[in-house]
Amino acid sequence: MENFPLVLIISSIVKILIVVHLLLIGVMVMIWAERRVSGWMQDRLGPNRVGPQGLLQPIADGLKFLFKEDLIPDHVDKPLYVMAPAMLLVPALVAVAVVPFGSAITVFGHEIPLQIADINIGILYILAITSLGVYGVVLGAWASNNKYSLLGGLRSSAQMISYELTLGLGIIGILMLTSSLSLRTIAVEQGAYPWQWNFLIHFPAFLAFTTAMFAETNRLPFDLAEAEQELVAGYHTEYSSMKFAMFFMAEYMNMIVGSAVTVTLFLGGWHFFGLENMGGPVWSGLISFGIFFVKTAIFLFVFIWVRWTLPRFRYDQLMNFGWKFLLPVALTSIVVTGILWITTNSRLIVGIGNVVSAFIVVSIVASLLVMKTPKPAIQDSDNRLTPSALDAIE
Amino acid sequence: MNAEQILFILFGAVSLIGAIAVISFRHPIYSALSLIVTFFAQAGLFVLLGAHFVAAVQVIVYAGAIMVLFLFVIMLLNLGTLSAKGAIGTKLKGFAIILGILLAAEGIYIAVNALNDTAVASAEPAAITTTTYDIGELLFSKYLLPFEVTSLILLAALIGVIVLVKRDSEVEN
Repeated sequence: MENFPLVLIISSIVKILIVVHLLLIGVMVMIWAERRVSGWMQDRLGPNRVGPQGLLQPIADGLKFLFKEDLIPDHVDKPLYVMAPAMLLVPALVAVAVVPFGSAITVFGHEIPLQIADINIGILYILAITSLGVYGVVLGAWASNNKYSLLGGLRSSAQMISYELTLGLGIIGILMLTSSLSLRTIAVEQGAYPWQWNFLIHFPAFLAFTTAMFAETNRLPFDLAEAEQELVAGYHTEYSSMKFAMFFMAEYMNMIVGSAVTVTLFLGGWHFFGLENMGGPVWSGLISFGIFFVKTAIFLFVFIWVRWTLPRFRYDQLMNFGWKFLLPVALTSIVVTGILWITTNSRLIVGIGNVVSAFIVVSIVASLLVMKTPKPAIQDSDNRLTPSALDAIE
Repeated sequence: MNAEQILFILFGAVSLIGAIAVISFRHPIYSALSLIVTFFAQAGLFVLLGAHFVAAVQVIVYAGAIMVLFLFVIMLLNLGTLSAKGAIGTKLKGFAIILGILLAAEGIYIAVNALNDTAVASAEPAAITTTTYDIGELLFSKYLLPFEVTSLILLAALIGVIVLVKRDSEVEN
């Protein structure tokens, strides 16, 4: 055990290098996948010229970004304008540090957990770091000194604050049942079989969490911050070349980290019908990593799928949906999970109770909304064709 | 000097520089950003103390939520650069000097006391990592009353906001 810190340091460095590179390569693959899948969904080809199946297209894109002129407009606030893309990219990169991407590998007699850092407040760390991503968007928007950018930034900050609440509340049910904030413990506590995973026990919270995750990554149904038809390109209108590419990369990185976190919290982490325990001390670790990788990839496909299927929300719809539907559902799931877990101590009953209560809450809210506003709803859609950022304050 | 001391000096220095920057920048947005830097350095200090939960909450609540609202308001009001005259009124200047002297005296007093107090200087740092479980248990037993009173304050603030907004919208209708 004398040389244990050395092993720890070396294994940590190796893990950091592997994870960061996987993330960066993942971004490239995701950009290619997004364009190809959208092409497939819209019955066209998508990029297929550079390399086999167009796989080298992201490299060509990256080179193009690198060689483009790095334009800094005269009217911008220069220090913040330059800093903003990095302020979005860095949180996306460091959030992955606490995600467990597999069980453990035994190398030279040392058991190395497949996770950069297993801190006992892992889930809070993720929430803290992801909540910082909004600064990149907001400051970039403000520094651009352009009204479309500013509107995009204001929309984005209001949206992120609203949906962050649902994101945080959606996981409390899980924390109550696992009584741990460590992501590794949460992943281990879920059994090997799909019916033991958290998404069935906390189904409404899972839906609320996933929806909030889409909103946090500023992806389509929720990409009000860069709505092309209204705001040119929103907060990154004034950005070009590599600075724009950094905004772009951060979006995809957030998607990948978000998927990995969702898989860990709700979809059983690296478990799959006990397959992760096959093989020896080395192979079972690699298999568990493979399972985690495939699950994350499937979830990322859902991200793309949703983007090219659903149209964008209107701004007031976005706020109503977040505050009047998602938040009550997440809150109810906390109360119901707590009461049913203490009284019955049965995951099955908690799962059923969650679904029933969420159904009741949604129908109550919906009927209240219908009763309360029969006519202004029609007026709204006439008057608010171009919703102003001031609506965000409501 | 061990790693912990180096990190302490680093975080302390960053937090002080950030705090000074808050009041020396002329532009409110830069001041707000400096405040975020200070919050971060303080979160680092909390981690050094073994209070991981407090560090995370510091970042989530202050850096992640409250400062975003600050920036939001600054941008909406479109506050420009503060002029040198407008920043501190002449009436407040005397008051500020007195407060500053008092604060400096307090700081010197504490520093001198801490240097003389060998018990503090030689005491072994308690190697306790506060877990979330401990904090939760304390909050719901020993500090239940302060905890509930704090939540009442927040509730009152919420109700106040709703009343203010409601009155406005009723007048409009």
